Amino acid sequence: MKRFIGFIKKEFYHIFRDKRSLFILFGMPIVQVMLFGFAITNEINNVDIAILDHSKDANTKQIIDKISASKYFSIKDFLDNERDIETAFKKGEIKAVLNFEKDFSKKLMTENQATVQILTDATDPNTANTISNYTSSILSSYQELLNKDISIPYQIGVQTRMFYNPELKSVFMFVPGVMTIILMLVSAMMTSISITREKELGTMEILLVSPLKPFQVIVGKVVPYILLSVINAIVIILLSIFVFSMPVEGNLFLLGAETILFIMNALSLGILISTVSASQQTAMMVSLMGLMLPVILLSGFIFPISSMPFPLQVISNIIPARWFIIILKGIMLKGVGLVYLWKETLILVGMTLFFIALSVKKYKIRLE
Amino acid sequence: MGISVKHISKSYDKVRALDDISFEVKPGELFGLIGPDGAGKTTLFRILTTLLIADKGEATVAGYDVVNDYKAIRNLVGYMPGRFSLYQDLTVEENLNFFATIFGTTIEENYDLIKDIYVQIEPFKNRRAGKLSGGMKQKLALSCALIHKPKVLFLDEPTTGVDPVSRKEFWEILKRLQQKDITILVSTPYMDEAALCDRIALMTGGQILQLSAPEAIIASFPKKIFKVRTAETYRLIQDLKVFTQTHSAYPFGEYMHFTSMESDFKAEDLIRYLKGKKHKNIEVLETEPTIEDSFMELSK
Repeated sequence: MKRFIGFIKKEFYHIFRDKRSLFILFGMPIVQVMLFGFAITNEINNVDIAILDHSKDANTKQIIDKISASKYFSIKDFLDNERDIETAFKKGEIKAVLNFEKDFSKKLMTENQATVQILTDATDPNTANTISNYTSSILSSYQELLNKDISIPYQIGVQTRMFYNPELKSVFMFVPGVMTIILMLVSAMMTSISITREKELGTMEILLVSPLKPFQVIVGKVVPYILLSVINAIVIILLSIFVFSMPVEGNLFLLGAETILFIMNALSLGILISTVSASQQTAMMVSLMGLMLPVILLSGFIFPISSMPFPLQVISNIIPARWFIIILKGIMLKGVGLVYLWKETLILVGMTLFFIALSVKKYKIRLE
Repeated sequence: MGISVKHISKSYDKVRALDDISFEVKPGELFGLIGPDGAGKTTLFRILTTLLIADKGEATVAGYDVVNDYKAIRNLVGYMPGRFSLYQDLTVEENLNFFATIFGTTIEENYDLIKDIYVQIEPFKNRRAGKLSGGMKQKLALSCALIHKPKVLFLDEPTTGVDPVSRKEFWEILKRLQQKDITILVSTPYMDEAALCDRIALMTGGQILQLSAPEAIIASFPKKIFKVRTAETYRLIQDLKVFTQTHSAYPFGEYMHFTSMESDFKAEDLIRYLKGKKHKNIEVLETEPTIEDSFMELSK
């Protein structure tokens, strides 16, 4: 036990004396959460649009007022004719144009139908889509307003309610994802680097010719990083609560326990990587390429798993991050407990044990 | 508590690092492996310290088999690898403390063993190991290898890259450790250090050329040796190479060492030849052979 504590003490010296790894440990999480939370978002805010109003009557004015009153759009320009539309798009100053047809009010009153055309700049298809959805919904709410007093026969009323994230804030989706990525990267990369560093500097040679057992070396490497990763997780959760007003509906202790489980999972993966790579460089590349891309692409963080081709859906099952994101969303947004998350938890436990067993088995007691 | 090596062979891919090596190191002996880089010394060390497994042959350290009883061996040997292998970001004291702890001991417990060495680096005990000079590093590494009172000490080129004064000190330390019943296997590429060992094995290309006490190796040198010097060293080398009587000629410090094929060769014969080649300030003297001469002769 004293040997073990001595080993852990040594690891902490390494960590705190290496400014670079300290920065990765504590700087990266904060920067990433902020980046994902603020900059990378698929919501739209204050998008510049232009209006081409051929009728300029009471109804179009009301619609335009409604649109400019919303926080999603700001009206940048009023165009005079169709030819200006493309020029405006090409200048890149506006993302969309609303084109009201001639005699809008008159048609609406006499023919019960008037048309407004939404033109969007689809060089960025996601934004274009969102813009057209938002404008459509503003128009349909205006339409409801007009029909307030009139009863239309055979009407299907659609009531939509977004559960768990009523305002559809993308932060709610990113925080669990980013937390997963960061914990995975920091934990896996740092341990794999710290073990391969011993190989590279030759200190592993001395550690091998000592009474330290393989699992003592491995666990001794892991314990400091569990502590540091937990601190990281706490920082991320605090940031998401206080900066992004992310709710934590479920049990905080369960959240903590599941997070530690996932950290152990990532650490054991890191050890596994270090047992197969000979240099810090390789360990870093394998951690980055082998972990970051699958976590981002296949975990369901950004792209929904249900819309992936079948083979990729199968592969996504073996990615620990996929299960942890489900757990995080479950606890933070839905407020569910272990009763609903036992399956995902069990999968993570199983994977962790598997990785640890494999690393102990693969850990070389000799140099070759 | 000695070391026994029997018919050990080891190859990396196509390179034969060790070729059927056998020798014994007696308990309490200071045994030297002398040979140039690539002789297979480090490979042999790694096999004996249980870090590598030999392709063929067997070896025991302190009576334990290096393959089957590797755990026992790891408890009782001290190993100082050829490359400086301590934690550069830890201070002198932290390094020593760490190695004491993982061997389940403390600095105080075995202080008498390392005292001679440690007092020299103690003034720098709060300095990071990476910032020490070459000689200091080696002393620290030796302290770390000794801190658990090993029965057998493996030192792989401990004096490479160390200044002459520190080298001398280092060997004095080894001599003193030997008094404390520690068997020491040491390797070095410096032939002058060989004379300080009890017995040496001259190695090259994975084979042992000769194994004996240093004095015996020198005594068995078969030829008379002449040290030769003239005003023009480069031309001297060229001329000695084409001399019909030459058996060997190689630079040795500021002289050339020369042996002849004839057993009754005299200095005058060589002086006459060099005069014929218009050399000036000719100096030819018979001299005592050294380990290096033996090595050059054996590896011819």
